[in-house]
Amino acid sequence: MTSASVEDGDVLADTSSGPSRPRPIRYISPAALNLHRVYEQNRQRLRKKDGAKVPDPTAPQTKGKPRLLLMGQRRSGKSSISSVVFHKLPPSETLFLESTARIQKDSLSSFMEFQVWDFPGQIDIFDNPNFTFDMDAIFGEIGALIWVIDAQDDYLEAVARLNTTILHLHRSYPHINIEVFIHKVDGLSDDYRLDIQRDVTIRIQDELSDQGIENAPVNFHLTSIYNHSIFEAFSKVIQKLIPRLGQLEAMLTNLCRTCRFEKAYLFDVNTKIYIATDNTPEDMASYEICSDYVDVIIDFTEVYGSWSRSEKWRERLEGEPWAQPLDEQVACEWAESGMVLADARRPIMLREVDRFLALVAIMKEGSYEKMPQINMNVDVVVKGLTDFFEITKSKEVSAGGPPGLASPGLS
Amino acid sequence: MGASPAVAGVDPTSPSAAHAQLKKVKKQKVLLMGKSGSGKSSMRSIIFSNYLARDTRRLGATIDIDLSHVKFLGNLTLNLWDCGGQEAFMENYLSQQRAHVFSNVGVLIYVFDIESRDIERDLATYVNIISALVQYSRDAKVFVLIHKMDLIQPLMREEVFEHRAALVRRKTSEAVAIVHKQKPEQGSSGQQQQQQQQQPTSSPSPSSSTQLEPPISLQLFATSIWDQSLYKAWASIIHDLVPNLSVIETQLASLGLAIDADEILLFERTSFLVVSRWTSAEGEGNPYGDRFERMSNILKSWKHTCSKYTGTPRNAEQFSDFEYKMGATFSMFATKFTTNTYILVCMPPGEARFNSAKLNVAAARSWFKFLDGPVVSAQQVGGSGPGATMGVPSSYGADGAAGTHEN
Repeated sequence: MTSASVEDGDVLADTSSGPSRPRPIRYISPAALNLHRVYEQNRQRLRKKDGAKVPDPTAPQTKGKPRLLLMGQRRSGKSSISSVVFHKLPPSETLFLESTARIQKDSLSSFMEFQVWDFPGQIDIFDNPNFTFDMDAIFGEIGALIWVIDAQDDYLEAVARLNTTILHLHRSYPHINIEVFIHKVDGLSDDYRLDIQRDVTIRIQDELSDQGIENAPVNFHLTSIYNHSIFEAFSKVIQKLIPRLGQLEAMLTNLCRTCRFEKAYLFDVNTKIYIATDNTPEDMASYEICSDYVDVIIDFTEVYGSWSRSEKWRERLEGEPWAQPLDEQVACEWAESGMVLADARRPIMLREVDRFLALVAIMKEGSYEKMPQINMNVDVVVKGLTDFFEITKSKEVSAGGPPGLASPGLS
Repeated sequence: MGASPAVAGVDPTSPSAAHAQLKKVKKQKVLLMGKSGSGKSSMRSIIFSNYLARDTRRLGATIDIDLSHVKFLGNLTLNLWDCGGQEAFMENYLSQQRAHVFSNVGVLIYVFDIESRDIERDLATYVNIISALVQYSRDAKVFVLIHKMDLIQPLMREEVFEHRAALVRRKTSEAVAIVHKQKPEQGSSGQQQQQQQQQPTSSPSPSSSTQLEPPISLQLFATSIWDQSLYKAWASIIHDLVPNLSVIETQLASLGLAIDADEILLFERTSFLVVSRWTSAEGEGNPYGDRFERMSNILKSWKHTCSKYTGTPRNAEQFSDFEYKMGATFSMFATKFTTNTYILVCMPPGEARFNSAKLNVAAARSWFKFLDGPVVSAQQVGGSGPGATMGVPSSYGADGAAGTHEN
């Protein structure tokens, strides 16, 4: 527990050395959801349920951030995952990654601040003769444990170790979500993937029920760094850590209904993880196109928006015939964008919510002409989202539904 | 990238000369050569057939010569000779088919595999090819692509490339020198000297070298299909081939000034290579020197995402309009421009400015009609006199179509 300050130092060093993308967005938003807050709420909720097991709030540890632990056998792809998702490393470059020798801590200041700990696979933390790990320091405040299994390798040992880990954790930290990533499935056929998933699921559930544990919070995801599945899986993991997710989803659903969007996502821009979507069925294809659209916008922003123009330029633009400060010449201080696809003229729109979040939606065919009305509606929802993050600060979340929408006259 | 072409002196007959040039379809023979497995067909598929980098694994070996005609901008046709690189074929090109393969070549693109184990042998083949090329098409431009650079650790790339580039340059000069020695009647010593004086200025190479430039136009690029470096190389290659380049450039410039843009890029429709561009004085401050190939890369992978989503063919048109307003920092839009081109405009923020620029770009389409091919341009040109070229509204200021482009 006393190691907290040292950890903080590590964390800082790690973030500064990691390849980070220039922030596309300049404003510091009041809506940034402070993870400490979220964590505090989670802790208090837990305390209500089972008082004793909550970590001691006075310990220095608790000022930390919710943590995702990445564990699994060596060479299963943990470091590749964290590099691709959190550091934008192109998947092809992960071949050059060295094996991780010690716990790699990454701190991410995104809409939620969280830490990702990448564990070296060769260390068995429960049975290490040389060194005893401080279990509470590792597992005390984690949001989710992500266990990575290499689907292209013999996974029996990995499953066995996962079982031991779950059994250990279940005793002391029953609230930890355990997310199993059945990884490297890109090279496998669809049928084979499902076979593996079924096999792994059965092996784990059998073992757990033998030990008398029913309904352990274990979830399975098929992932690969070569497509969007890894981002989708992380989205699901992160969404479980968000308080009042239902409220967010209701707002998006309402927006979709009013503006006749096909699908809307609330993206975390830096990681391309979506933290909420509307209640229409999951659809990998729309996630992919929306996520790639965020990429396009990020790239354009980096190339054309990340350098400062000269004072002369600004003076000329603010002079006659405009005679207005630039800030007043624009309609919206946040980034907004639209793209019309050639087939059936189906538009995609993006609207920045705050420094970290962006709303991306696929619209119905031919609704590009209605953009002004849609923008009005989106403005209202964005304001609602901002309020939402503001409100979650206090413990009381307003009971009212999502903010009312102006009637767009789209029908 | 290559220097903008010199505008020949403006004489009274120049507009009609420019128009005469617009009418004919230019054909260019482009040879794509290199050792078997070096990635020739892969890069061709990515640039011209919209393959994704990872899809090129499916491509088999090219047998003999794979001929394809790529229509570029309507008035330029690339005759792309993708030459299978296995040794038996190579020998065949150099012996029996020598005249057939190497005559009338506009551009030779030679691909080296950086990972190749037998560099000496690669270079020996290269020297033979260069000799044959100098013999039959002495005006051909040579582009050497040091390919698969992604396999080299990022920190080492520049060093490895420089080393290999110096080697290739030396070999090229040697090959040319040998040809000239063998055939003294073809290149008298006076001519040769003149050539050697001229060449260093007319063939800008990405990296400076203390060595004497080889007396043929040679440019080297480090490329990889996994990043934008490929687009940089190919944009340079086609940049020199596009007819009427000076017309395009002057018209883009007057458009840019009229709408108060910071930067305008003109893309070819299928390959999304940057055909031409214009940047304002302010836009020159952009620290991203590689932004043009980067835009190609971004838009092309975006096109691919769209085609996956909509289920339309890879080569089909994927989006028609795009706009992006980044608060009070900048605005940009991309739109389908002429039949064969897309235009991307980056400009200062402001709603009024943005909307009028969009309207003006739509109005300026007629200036660029000639990009769509000889038929359209012939009609267009026939109707307008030398004074009011191509029906440009006079309010847009001086039209720069008066310059001709020697080609």
